[in-house]
Amino acid sequence: MSKILIRGARILGGEPRDVLIDGETVAEVGTGLDAAGATVIEAEGQILLPGLVDLHTHLREPGREDSETVLTGTRAAAVGGFTAVHAMANTFPVADTAGVVEQVWRLGKESGYCDVQPVGAVTVGLEGKQLAELGAMHDSAAGVKVFSDDGKCVDDAVIMRRALEYVKAFDGVVAQHAQEPRLTEGAQMNEGIVSAELGLGGWPAVAEESIIARDVLLAAHVDSRVHICHLSTAGSVEIVRWAKSKGWNVTAEVTPHHLLLTDELVRTYNPVYKVNPPLRTEADVLALREALADGTIDCVATDHAPHPHEDKDCEWAAAAMGMVGLETALSVVQQTMVDTGLIDWAGVADRMSFRPAAIGRLEGHGRPVSAGEPANLTLVDPAYRGAVDPAGFASRSRNTPYQGRELPGRVTHTFLRGRATVVDGKLA
Amino acid sequence: MKRHLISAADLTRDDAVLILDTAEEMARVADRPIKKLPTLRGRTVVNLFFEDSTRTRISFEAAAKRLSADVINFSAKGSSVSKGESLKDTALTLEAMGADAVVIRHGASGAPYRLATSGWIDGAVVNAGDGTHEHPTQALLDAFTMRRRLVGADSGLGRDLEGRRITIVGDILHSRVARSNVHLLTTLGAHVTLVAPPTLVPVGVEKWPCNVSYSLDNVLAKSDAVMMLRVQRERMNAAYFPTEREYSRRYGLDGERMAKMPEHAIVMHPGPMVRGMEITAEVADSDRCTVVEQVANGVSIRMAVLYLLLGGSDTALSAAPARTEENK
Amino acid sequence: MDAQHDHTGNAARPVLEAPDIARVLTRIAHEIVERAKGADDVVLLGIPTRGVFLARRLAEKLQEITGRKTPVGSLDITMYRDDLRMRPARALARTDIPGEGIEGSLVVLVDDVLFSGRTIRAALDALGDIGRPRAVQLAVLVDRGHRELPIRADYVGKNLPTSLRETVKVQLAEEDGRDAVLLGVKQATPTDAR
Repeated sequence: MSKILIRGARILGGEPRDVLIDGETVAEVGTGLDAAGATVIEAEGQILLPGLVDLHTHLREPGREDSETVLTGTRAAAVGGFTAVHAMANTFPVADTAGVVEQVWRLGKESGYCDVQPVGAVTVGLEGKQLAELGAMHDSAAGVKVFSDDGKCVDDAVIMRRALEYVKAFDGVVAQHAQEPRLTEGAQMNEGIVSAELGLGGWPAVAEESIIARDVLLAAHVDSRVHICHLSTAGSVEIVRWAKSKGWNVTAEVTPHHLLLTDELVRTYNPVYKVNPPLRTEADVLALREALADGTIDCVATDHAPHPHEDKDCEWAAAAMGMVGLETALSVVQQTMVDTGLIDWAGVADRMSFRPAAIGRLEGHGRPVSAGEPANLTLVDPAYRGAVDPAGFASRSRNTPYQGRELPGRVTHTFLRGRATVVDGKLA
Repeated sequence: MKRHLISAADLTRDDAVLILDTAEEMARVADRPIKKLPTLRGRTVVNLFFEDSTRTRISFEAAAKRLSADVINFSAKGSSVSKGESLKDTALTLEAMGADAVVIRHGASGAPYRLATSGWIDGAVVNAGDGTHEHPTQALLDAFTMRRRLVGADSGLGRDLEGRRITIVGDILHSRVARSNVHLLTTLGAHVTLVAPPTLVPVGVEKWPCNVSYSLDNVLAKSDAVMMLRVQRERMNAAYFPTEREYSRRYGLDGERMAKMPEHAIVMHPGPMVRGMEITAEVADSDRCTVVEQVANGVSIRMAVLYLLLGGSDTALSAAPARTEENK
Repeated sequence: MDAQHDHTGNAARPVLEAPDIARVLTRIAHEIVERAKGADDVVLLGIPTRGVFLARRLAEKLQEITGRKTPVGSLDITMYRDDLRMRPARALARTDIPGEGIEGSLVVLVDDVLFSGRTIRAALDALGDIGRPRAVQLAVLVDRGHRELPIRADYVGKNLPTSLRETVKVQLAEEDGRDAVLLGVKQATPTDAR
């Protein structure tokens, strides 16, 4: 493998440095490095980050290859600056056995654009009744450490308790989709002023908060790790903050769309804004940003949820929930967190690479940009401004809420173990 | 500007008064030997009903026919819709058939808005009730009935409902009639009070331009019109209230309660009534109850709406400041 | 509805003043009595807006002559117009048929200006949906020519030869604060449908 010299990039937003990649690793970091024999990338003004890690991606394969495949999903991930994604378990069949997680893991290896770490289901068929073979999935080639019934809540308190206890045997973590099912029957959007006017079934904040409250208590009780998926309300932030203040092993993620969009957008009845958990209020958005800045929320996760066109080109109630997010995540974080001064680029590296990798116990990712480390790197041009054009997406699906919206920043290069997967903003 | 009637909130005071005034002229046509007008000859109105509602459909059908429009009834039952055809494909079919207006009743809130704004069809869209969102022509016929009764048919011309006190009682949470009436009656200058058990009032109601009371008895004496909404028995099973008996005791309108209303005050109901639940037979059959009038007024209002939307090169309503999508 | 608006600052020239209008209405009333042989089955129907005021004035004149009340009403023709699709939907005016009805009577339609004849065509259609008069006649204050349909007036206040570039504007005290017929020159794009 040849050498690559990234010249003059600001590592984590610091002073300009040269970074020499040799083979799969970072060989040298410094100034005025020798370019001999290396492909040179002039990166003046650009930010060099560790390759981004997504804890929450729906790749849809197997089962819904019409919306995304492991190949198209990992291509989208690479374009978005990701070098590793966690593939959620709600596929068809459900990733609740060693066989399915190994299949997804193998497809990820073959794709070559991004590492795919399968997430295993907590319960068989996401039914919430019987624990899936968590140990077998962990012991498989896929080496599953994150378990989630995402899309559905593990609402049975006993099942949740057992899962939290059981994964301690192999340092696993249960990632909870916090949604009290009875409180959200027929739920279509955030319950509040807008839902009252639009006559859409309400998804109350308390349905999320009550589950989070229960689960942090359970995690404390059995001394295990719980991770809260796509935390979306100000109240949830308060509970997680309280749990962390107790020293409990609780981590949480927030999606880019919950950092930017509010339920006011639902007034258009355009299902592109239909997502679960739903878009909340301005007050929630501000609380989430603050919590991500102060570390209450550990990381950003995309909840990239591709859907075919027809599932969004319809009336609101009939539409599927979810948004694609891999290719716009970093731009949204830049707009909402960096350009607002809430965090710096080192903070971005922390929330989008170091911490998610640590939560997922993912090896080889979320590492510092220094000599000897794996060359999983993302180069970002923060000065770029452009309107989002879904037609240019690498994802098979186009259900973005940002169509036509101007967002800052662009991933110019992504390197997966020294190999460029994205060059000048285009897939290599 | 597209010409649609999606939400009562889109109507200005002048629009609403124009519709009521036009309906007043339409009502006079009903008294003539020949009840038909040639106005919409050659225009096609499609009644696109995804939900069963014979009453609303025949009201629109009678309105369109009295204006000489061609009427096509498209009911979801037994059609390709029940075989999984999407709203979009149905809309494209109607477009190909040259519908000048689509009157849509749909179980999903926002379906008419989607139909009007998605670019699937060119014709006017009239919301005939969408999910638990709105039912603007029902609110218009209610306002028309109130104006006739409380102000007068002829003396009401050009006037609104300034200062009238309207009480709406029942399942506000699931009621598209209530939502449209709150918007329209407020626009027309009336003071609206919603009465329901707290379980049947939506979270977020505090931003609505009306008062909320949990006690019917407290507001009856201060009401010029009391509109009773249907309460479906199924709500009981979802724990919205304990029993039918308790509901009608606390929120039903009986003769005793009606006696507390001012003498001029009327009792309204959008129908269908559940006698013995929200209203007793004594009240329903009294001459203060306007249910039958409301049905007749419905045809006049729908004629007015169809005329004002289709009776020219462009709508007469300032209409549809269709909410624009942020950043688009 | 009068479609003519005089946009010129100076050009509008009165061709009939208040006394002239009163005089021609008196004459028309006499003609009606004469032609209708006493006018005992006459119903006057004015076409809104100004035709209605003219019809009421004619009814008063008829009462002065015959000593009897003549039924007077209004006939809105908006929903019978043939040019509905050429302009935005219009507000409706009142159709008010006198209690006696028009069955078997002599209906005299009254309008301010007779121009293309299309308004009267619409009025005849509207009338047909209300009843079957013995006969229908037409009285107008001004006939400015340029007929587009085979329609003529039975009673004309003033024949006013005009060019299509000219506008005729009738003002009546009830609506405009004074009585006059103004002849002006059209400046804007043609919108006149009469």
